[in-house]
Amino acid sequence: MQRIGVFVCHCGTNIAGTVDVKAVAAALKNEPGVVFSADYPYMCSQAGQDMIKEAIAEHRLGGIVICSCSPRMHEATFRKTAAAAGLNPYMVEIANIREQCSWVHKDMAVGTEKAIILGKAAVAKVNLNTPLTPGQSPVTKRALVIGGGIAGIQTALDIAEAGFPVDIVETKPTIGGKMAQLDKTFPTLDCAACILTPKMVDAGQHENIRIFSYSEVTAVKGFVGNFEVTIKRKARYVKEDVCTGCGLCTEKCPQKKVPNEFNLGMDNRRAIYIPFAQAVPKVATIDPDYCMMLKSGKCGVCSKVCTVGAIDYKAKDEYIEEKYGAIVVATGFNPISLEKFDEYAYSQSKDVITSLEFERLTNAAGPTQGKLLRPSDGEHPHTIVFVQCVGSRCEACSEKGKEYCSKICCMYTAKHAMLTRDKYPDTDVYVFYIDVRTPGKNFDEFYRRAVEEYGVHYIKGMVGKVSPEGKKLHVQASDLLAGKQLHIDADLVVLAAAIEPDRSARPLATMLTASMDTNDFFTEAHPKLRPVESPTAGVFLSGACQGPKDIPETVSQAGAAAAKVIGLLCKDHLTGNPCVAHADELMCNGCSTCERVCPYGAITYVEKEFRMPDRTTKLRRVASVNEAVCQGCGACTVACMSGAMDLRGFMNRQIQAEVDAICK
Amino acid sequence: MQNKNERRREQILRISGVNPLKCMRCGKCSATCPSYDEMEYHPHEFVYMVETGDLEPLIHSTSIYQCLSCMACVERCPRGVEPGKLIEALRLTVIREKDANHMTADTIPAVIDDETPQQAIVSALRKYTK
Repeated sequence: MQRIGVFVCHCGTNIAGTVDVKAVAAALKNEPGVVFSADYPYMCSQAGQDMIKEAIAEHRLGGIVICSCSPRMHEATFRKTAAAAGLNPYMVEIANIREQCSWVHKDMAVGTEKAIILGKAAVAKVNLNTPLTPGQSPVTKRALVIGGGIAGIQTALDIAEAGFPVDIVETKPTIGGKMAQLDKTFPTLDCAACILTPKMVDAGQHENIRIFSYSEVTAVKGFVGNFEVTIKRKARYVKEDVCTGCGLCTEKCPQKKVPNEFNLGMDNRRAIYIPFAQAVPKVATIDPDYCMMLKSGKCGVCSKVCTVGAIDYKAKDEYIEEKYGAIVVATGFNPISLEKFDEYAYSQSKDVITSLEFERLTNAAGPTQGKLLRPSDGEHPHTIVFVQCVGSRCEACSEKGKEYCSKICCMYTAKHAMLTRDKYPDTDVYVFYIDVRTPGKNFDEFYRRAVEEYGVHYIKGMVGKVSPEGKKLHVQASDLLAGKQLHIDADLVVLAAAIEPDRSARPLATMLTASMDTNDFFTEAHPKLRPVESPTAGVFLSGACQGPKDIPETVSQAGAAAAKVIGLLCKDHLTGNPCVAHADELMCNGCSTCERVCPYGAITYVEKEFRMPDRTTKLRRVASVNEAVCQGCGACTVACMSGAMDLRGFMNRQIQAEVDAICK
Repeated sequence: MQNKNERRREQILRISGVNPLKCMRCGKCSATCPSYDEMEYHPHEFVYMVETGDLEPLIHSTSIYQCLSCMACVERCPRGVEPGKLIEALRLTVIREKDANHMTADTIPAVIDDETPQQAIVSALRKYTK
């Protein structure tokens, strides 16, 4: 039997408002093993902690129970308090009488009764606690950034600048991501390429950064500080270290009819291509779906014109394995498919385009060299209608769109409308909005300038339908403030499509055992206090994979993620969690059930020699837990049929004692 | 009077199954509506006025009969509010209170000519045979 101390916290009125804390302290004093019981207004305060330390010394306490808030809040605090007083930190138990008791009850009598029961359960458990010592694991001082958009580039640069090696894995042939496709950036209207490409070059030339372009992560093993990652380097059929990026092959390739994904299919590229002039790495890639040499063996023009012999038609996908201490997810976003919004005639008319297509149409490196021309006939549009919230802010069960606000559309639409009026004063520009949401430094001022200085017609209401009629697009819409239905014959309609996480995010989350929300955005460890960390240790979040965000926010988050990674990589060793599974080898029957249920691959089976009762020895197959990999989830302890698996700190008999105390 | 209005409102919400609080006031229903110019009150106004309990003007307006019941607003509403169902429920409530159909089904064939769209015939059946 331990000598147990009980400490009941008032948490101001948070607990004391609905729980009679003095009655709880008095009731728990009579529990077996309890030699000291007291209450205090704020247990987590310095004075409260001093009181605990003094009680441990004075009453020679071997275990303590804190009746307070959730262990997620202050378990670490009280474990440190115990350690400072010379008590093993795992001899501390928390009874959650706030979140699970005082906050959910209104009646003082009911709240008090439940708090006493929760306290009794914790006392019963701590009676069976044993001192635990955490193990240590080394840290591999290298980081992996998955995704090479502005988020991934910024995170990688910040980590590399701190002196740690970083690898960027990007599925496309070049880094740059969505920002490389943008024309200007709000609210300052600086050219996206002018501010992005120097960062791309920095990343490409940095001695601490390796870029694996045209590659993807296919497997992740291990745990914080010790991830083992398999990276698939897709065959690009061009030797990356030999190609000079001269571009001759991309001019001579006879296959001219390949939709150019960088310009969203609005023009064509060759089968061998460099996505854009400032690509990093500036290396050609052969598209195996269109290359005639790869498909039928007839061509070989690129190989003939290449002056350095970089073309290799026999290249194969390669897999490399690398160890990392930390992983940053920066997989970004895409606009949603608009096929379910046929009322806007996106699939019926080439002149109904998305905002990202509009960016390419106004970009000097785009399909029209930056002249705003109708995709259907190349004529200059005079009446342009912008529609906001296409697929954003739909009802939760919507099959067509997303429930969330995509956040960036209000600002980029204001930018598009303003730039159109600035460059083409002969145009009429309408923006249909539900709400204009422009919180951000200099954002609302920017939107007001579009209205007041550039004469953009902002109309409160939605577009109901767009019907192609001859060369025009008939737009039928609401003007809610005027109480009218508007009919506009437009030349160009631009849809602000909702954004969604990249499709690679879901399988990646499974590999990383990182959690996601219902929209496939990565979940942060705490929405306010740990916004750049995944709940999975060692996995960090950067950019729009965590939620819609604009470039300034993405860059801030990318830097924050880098700071967290640097903090981790600076450590030589990580202290593990001692609450891990272990197998009683004498009871293990070698059935492999635990190995199959373990989500972390922490359990393996080993052959061991055992002495039998008749003094012979026998080889038996028994479970063995890798304590560094085990996360203490307890799945194996539930699955084990012979009762050989147990979780330290949460042993079956401890849980049983808690249940008994509650049911008594 | 207050109670009667409140009873009516509850009946309309019950018949239609519509929750007007889901509306985010985007106006896409009225943007879609093919009868917009014929109506004094428009789909988004129906939703808002039922929400605030301002039923009298709607009940006395001919707008409840000018709705074609084409349900385009129901199809397009991003929030799943279903204004068309709300208008239909309002119309039924009025008809029931008068204890008589606005028109009987027998009188419909006489007012149909070759140019009447099929949708109008379907909606007429929806409106007048309940």
